[in-house]
Amino acid sequence: MTIPLPPSQVVPDGVIGLDADPGVGLWRGAFRRLRRNPSAIIGAVMVAIFVLVAITAPLLTSYAPGSAEWSGQVTPSSVPGPSPEHFLGLDRFGSDMWTQMVYGAQQSLVYGVVSTAIGLTVGASLGALAGGFGSVGGRIGDWVDTAVMRLVDIMLSIPSLLLAVSIAALLGQNSYAVMIAIGAAQVPIFARLLRGSMLSQGKADYVLAADALGIRKTRIVMGHVLPNSIGPTIVQATLNLATAIIEVAALSYLGLGESDPAVAEWGRMLVAAQDRFDAAPRLALLPGAAIAFAALGFTLFGEALREALDPKSRR
Amino acid sequence: MLRFVLRRLALMVPVLIGLSILLFAWVRALPGDPSRALLGERATPEGIERVNAAYGFDKPLIEQYLTYVGALLRGDFGESIQTGRPVLESFTERFPATLELGATALLFAVVLGVPLGYVAARSQGRLLDTSVVSGSLLGVVTPVFFLAILLKLVFADKLHWLPTALRQDPRMDATHITNFYVLDGILTREWDASWDALTHLVLPALALGTIPLAIIVRITRASVSEVLHEDYVRTAEAKGLARGTVSRRHVLRNALLPVVTTIGLQAGLLFSGAVLTETVFAFNGIGQYLFEAIGSRDYPVLQGFIIFIAIVYSLINLLVDVSYGLIDPRVRAA
Amino acid sequence: MSSTDPLLSVRNLAVTFVVRGQPAVRAVDEVSFDIRPGQYVGLVGESGSGKSVSALAVLGLLPSRGVQVSGNVLYRGTDLLTQSDAEMRKLRGREIAMVFQDPMSSLNPVVPVGVQVTEVIRRHEHADKAEARDRAESLLRKVGIPDPGRRLREYPHQLSGGMRQRVLIAIALACSPKLLIADEPTTALDVTIQAQVLEVLRELVADTDAALLLITHDLGVVAGLCDDVNVMYAGRVVESSSRNQLFAAPRHPYTGGLLASIPRLDAPRGAPLHPIPGSPTQTIPWDEGCAFAPRCHHKIDACLGTAPPLEPIGDRDLRCVHPLDAKRPTTAEAGR
Repeated sequence: MTIPLPPSQVVPDGVIGLDADPGVGLWRGAFRRLRRNPSAIIGAVMVAIFVLVAITAPLLTSYAPGSAEWSGQVTPSSVPGPSPEHFLGLDRFGSDMWTQMVYGAQQSLVYGVVSTAIGLTVGASLGALAGGFGSVGGRIGDWVDTAVMRLVDIMLSIPSLLLAVSIAALLGQNSYAVMIAIGAAQVPIFARLLRGSMLSQGKADYVLAADALGIRKTRIVMGHVLPNSIGPTIVQATLNLATAIIEVAALSYLGLGESDPAVAEWGRMLVAAQDRFDAAPRLALLPGAAIAFAALGFTLFGEALREALDPKSRR
Repeated sequence: MLRFVLRRLALMVPVLIGLSILLFAWVRALPGDPSRALLGERATPEGIERVNAAYGFDKPLIEQYLTYVGALLRGDFGESIQTGRPVLESFTERFPATLELGATALLFAVVLGVPLGYVAARSQGRLLDTSVVSGSLLGVVTPVFFLAILLKLVFADKLHWLPTALRQDPRMDATHITNFYVLDGILTREWDASWDALTHLVLPALALGTIPLAIIVRITRASVSEVLHEDYVRTAEAKGLARGTVSRRHVLRNALLPVVTTIGLQAGLLFSGAVLTETVFAFNGIGQYLFEAIGSRDYPVLQGFIIFIAIVYSLINLLVDVSYGLIDPRVRAA
Repeated sequence: MSSTDPLLSVRNLAVTFVVRGQPAVRAVDEVSFDIRPGQYVGLVGESGSGKSVSALAVLGLLPSRGVQVSGNVLYRGTDLLTQSDAEMRKLRGREIAMVFQDPMSSLNPVVPVGVQVTEVIRRHEHADKAEARDRAESLLRKVGIPDPGRRLREYPHQLSGGMRQRVLIAIALACSPKLLIADEPTTALDVTIQAQVLEVLRELVADTDAALLLITHDLGVVAGLCDDVNVMYAGRVVESSSRNQLFAAPRHPYTGGLLASIPRLDAPRGAPLHPIPGSPTQTIPWDEGCAFAPRCHHKIDACLGTAPPLEPIGDRDLRCVHPLDAKRPTTAEAGR
């Protein structure tokens, strides 16, 4: 479930530019453009806050997550709100809300990063394989290309969230299932991206020129084509992180994934908050807003990054 | 055109075959006896025997696979372990609900989103544009189930403006023919039943349609902005045509092409979102059914669901591509 | 029938582009010229000289945001720059029409060609569908498109470049405008088609007694078609004269350079070409002197310091304090 972007910003082939030296010039220019872009800065700040909170969670609170220590204070009609000992109050099980929130951030970050990493490594490898062989051509090359892309088509035959749900449901009730499932749902996106990038660059003039000069194909691929594909891949990974965070919560909401109450997770917190909304709306509002916050940060930054890396930028 | 459709249908086949192989392989890969794995905790000797007979787990793999595919082609998607009813039957019974919900959500998204995106594009850079852009960004990142929960808790549970759950008040005892509740009410002239079904649709459709709304707004805005700078719009202006003519015939007819494609792509989002939204509102569609199946580890339902969705989703994508050819004359030539 | 009162009178037209965060760009400045009924006037210059922008300013087709237009554009006595949008829409296509450069992008790709012709007819001349269609068909025939009836139902991508440009010409002249502005009408076409399309243009314009403002960088086109020529450089008119006088004896060094840079068929083989030295980017703001000075072989000290005014010198208007000699034996030598 990647958040689709306007067509002008869709990068089907991932070609950044025919930079002879793809390393220095493009990135520095991109960095400069990013610095001037307000939404990039906002996004970066939001991401930084999220990551910081997630990493330093144990330092931010002295309580343990899911401890339910103060369950005695919770009654069917009231859940204690913010107080000096409990910054955000308690949740309906009697755990400290602030602790739940910061450890939830940790969970979201871990899940998001791991699943995106899985999707990236598997997807990019498949895509590079298909693209690399595809651009080389010949019977074997085309066969590998087609085979890989058929596999990708199968994965794309159902919507990505449902794919994740199906895989997670079939794999069992644990966090690994969730991460693998969401990662698997991202594989086709990265595969298509890399393949497209490699294929279109295979036709690029500078590749033909290098080939004519006698440089070996593998060197061309490693030294030029791959570096050019890094940019769009990073952009896609950032945007996918946003979706992954949302999907993790969605899967928890559906009852998949980690069921251990000692593990705090925003999606599950939303499930629990539903029937106490009257008494304590913050139980639902906080985790929901947090999910949106994290996703927004990554999305803003990812889109700004995409604009910054595009040499055909209108600015 | 016909060739195009046939070719696409032909391409669907290997994909579906591949999918069926994967699903088939998965069941066999589960730890332990396949039949035991399917039944989970409810495994009893009779149950195992029944499943073995039904699935033929004692026969050679190839034969099992062919039986499996044969059954699929006959429309036999297996039976729910929970209820014993054929899976396909349960799907077709509940699919209209999801369809009704999805269509309403999509309608909402398009009717509101296209004009909003157009207006934002024309007022580029000014306050209206900025607020529309920010609003749509927020709409894209807000999880659909969070929105659903909020809407339900605020407008239904707290304010009692709209019903909190289900598709229709069960006390209504309405007659159902097509299982499209709103339509049914109209067909049977039970107007109050129709209206009741409609009010039950409002909140879920609002929640489900928000993300597609945001996306449609963004794409419309981007597309219109681009088209406004095209040479043929300048030609139209140079002809002295009325502003409305320029907007409709020259700007919109071109700008809406990518939007139409997007609408088709929303189908995927709508399916995913429907699963979550139906769960929140106990809206009895296939999404709700899936949720129940997950909870009870009803694997035949899960498998059947995957195949069912794959077929439906591919058909929808096909429809979208065909429609694109109908709208854009340049594609028709290809 | 042609009176001596100018049909279009442009006085001190100036167009400035303002982009946030960048200095304002004066694309057009102090541009003045007249067009009488039935007269063919050429506006010549390189890309960036401001000729297209001037034409767009006349018709009010420049974007409203980020652009400042000043001066007077008098069409039959009315200043077009002060007209409302509704009034300009009544004028465009009916009194003044324009043909643009790139025929592929200038036609709406998803609307049939016939509709793009009939819509202008039905807009300005209350004709019904059948009438408009017949007129469209005969228009297409007039511009030399074979089997016009069938073409009406086709889409732009189904026509060749030359045919598309003919369609655009037909559209422009559908309502018999008094003035046709043609902005580089043949530049985007194959060389072999250019002459044909120009011929069509000339015929139709003559047929409707319209005046023509032809914008181009191609002096050959101007020589064949125009009565009078205005040469633009860096946003200002630098020479304005009748066609014969201009080509016989160019007086502004830039015009001389343009003419001299054209390779001649009768030059001896191996003879060197004479491009204008430097590039258009080597320019100084008009406030600081003549913008052409950095590239001019004929410059003197007086050329720098203040902008030379456009004034009548001899048989023409010139913006030059040190023009080329009135009598030049051959244009080839003007470049030296």
